[in-house]
Amino acid sequence: MIRIENVSKSFGGLQAVKDVSFEVAQGSITGLIGPNGAGKSTLFNIVAGLFPPTSGRIVLDGQDITGLPTHELFHRGLVRTFQIPHEFSQMTVRENLMVVPPDQSGENLFNSWLRWGQVRKEDARVLERVDEVLDFLEISHVADELAGNLSGGQKKLLDLGRTMMTDAKMVLLDEPGAGVNRTLLGKIREAIRRLNTERGYTFCLIEHDMDLISQLCDPVHVMANGELIASGPMEEIRQNAEVREAYLGGGASGQMGEDA
Amino acid sequence: MELASLFAYLVSFLTFAGIYAVLAMGLNTQWGFTGQFNIGIAGFFAVGAYTSAILTTPESPAYLGGLGMPFAVGLVGATLASALIGLVIGRITAKLRTDYLAIATIGIAEMIRLFIKNEDWLTNGVRGIAGIERPFAGTPLDTPFGYLLVVVAFVVLVYFLLERAYASPWGRVLRAIRENEPATAAAGKSIARFRLQAFVLGAAIMGLGGGLYAHFFGFLSPEAFMPLYGTFLVWVMLIAGGSGNNRGAILGAVVVWGVWTLTELTTDLLPTEYATQAAALRVLLIGVLLQVILVTRPQGILPEKPPKLMATKHKD
Repeated sequence: MIRIENVSKSFGGLQAVKDVSFEVAQGSITGLIGPNGAGKSTLFNIVAGLFPPTSGRIVLDGQDITGLPTHELFHRGLVRTFQIPHEFSQMTVRENLMVVPPDQSGENLFNSWLRWGQVRKEDARVLERVDEVLDFLEISHVADELAGNLSGGQKKLLDLGRTMMTDAKMVLLDEPGAGVNRTLLGKIREAIRRLNTERGYTFCLIEHDMDLISQLCDPVHVMANGELIASGPMEEIRQNAEVREAYLGGGASGQMGEDA
Repeated sequence: MELASLFAYLVSFLTFAGIYAVLAMGLNTQWGFTGQFNIGIAGFFAVGAYTSAILTTPESPAYLGGLGMPFAVGLVGATLASALIGLVIGRITAKLRTDYLAIATIGIAEMIRLFIKNEDWLTNGVRGIAGIERPFAGTPLDTPFGYLLVVVAFVVLVYFLLERAYASPWGRVLRAIRENEPATAAAGKSIARFRLQAFVLGAAIMGLGGGLYAHFFGFLSPEAFMPLYGTFLVWVMLIAGGSGNNRGAILGAVVVWGVWTLTELTTDLLPTEYATQAAALRVLLIGVLLQVILVTRPQGILPEKPPKLMATKHKD
């Protein structure tokens, strides 16, 4: 589905990503882990079009998408969420989702002045989809609340909900579990799993919660110091000495074990 | 004050407030909807006023034109000219945000004012353009009250167009941009395109306000477009009335213009030796008013309210 080919990125003297290559297979939930400062988010931002790589290519469905801006990638089926939830805080939860669908004729100012009837009709359809998504995420009770008033976890769900308002093929999730309590985390996990099996979304997610990674992801890629140091199923990754060292420093072990 | 002059005063007051309401709604499109920090309102205001003046006044050797066209042509010209300038400035400043945009726009507005002041062939420079007529000359509508009706009609028209724009998917994207640009881009919207559209629409409305002003006052000179009157007061009106809310913009224009005129009446009663100091004090008073509103009602008198969703049959 998406292939990352020899991607490097440096900011001034700092090389954040060094020659990373891997592929996210269609229909998979691929994990990307690594200690803080490993370059995961930088890599994510490159794939999501926030800035281009210094060298290397990103290929989506056989097409080179390197350096395309975020809003164009959206129309090719690549969408993302953010590590810190990015809600539109002075807009209601419903409106947050209504922003997303592409090709709304009312996004043309003259249409909304001159063809109000059609705009209203389209909005009614969008609203039906919004209510489906809210049902799916079980946050219908806050539908008309301003998004800024939601809890951190609910905002995470709303972020995920925005990816459901379009026919996404590939979804990048930046730490979907960060700052979310256990109950809500279970809900987010189930939502990701259902989207994967029922709607065929392909996921690539950055996460620090090893439970979530091992429950959802196969394969898992590990980055440290900007480099890809291991790839494989979580069981193998846990046993990998280099990975343990990256997480804990020289010679230590244990955290990546069963208790992690 | 006798009744007739009180009425005349009220008409003049409301006409001014109406013109300021148009300017405040223009700013609301840029700042209230989209979060664009434009403090060069006076520039667009001036472009609109001078365009309409040049288009409608009778031919004069002192400046370009006048072309002697009807009032309606003047206003359309004012709106389009200001939109065009907005398009150019919007493209130049496309990458600027917040205070950087503010610095750029105030600079551009001053450039426009100095240009008007110095390019005599176009604008008659500091001598200004006189004899700009009201519409409907020779009919019973050619009175200050008739012109007030014209201004009110335009306030209503702009209000209606902006309310619809605000409630539409177009307005929704603008508000999303104001709240969070990266997330709006991640939702597939071209930030640059929507920002430019909002900027141009706001500029066009400000130009319309300029045109209305020219035909009300009848005389234009560069001094009318100093930042205090052309920009600062409009900002106070929008913030006081309620940024993001078109009704708030209109109410803010009436209230702040009311306070401004009342203080003028008061300072006029003072002995002359205090009058100049008092004039400075009025500006201070407006500043204090803004502070009080920001502290007690940070969202303004009429806070922004998300529009009623168009489909009415919800499950709840």
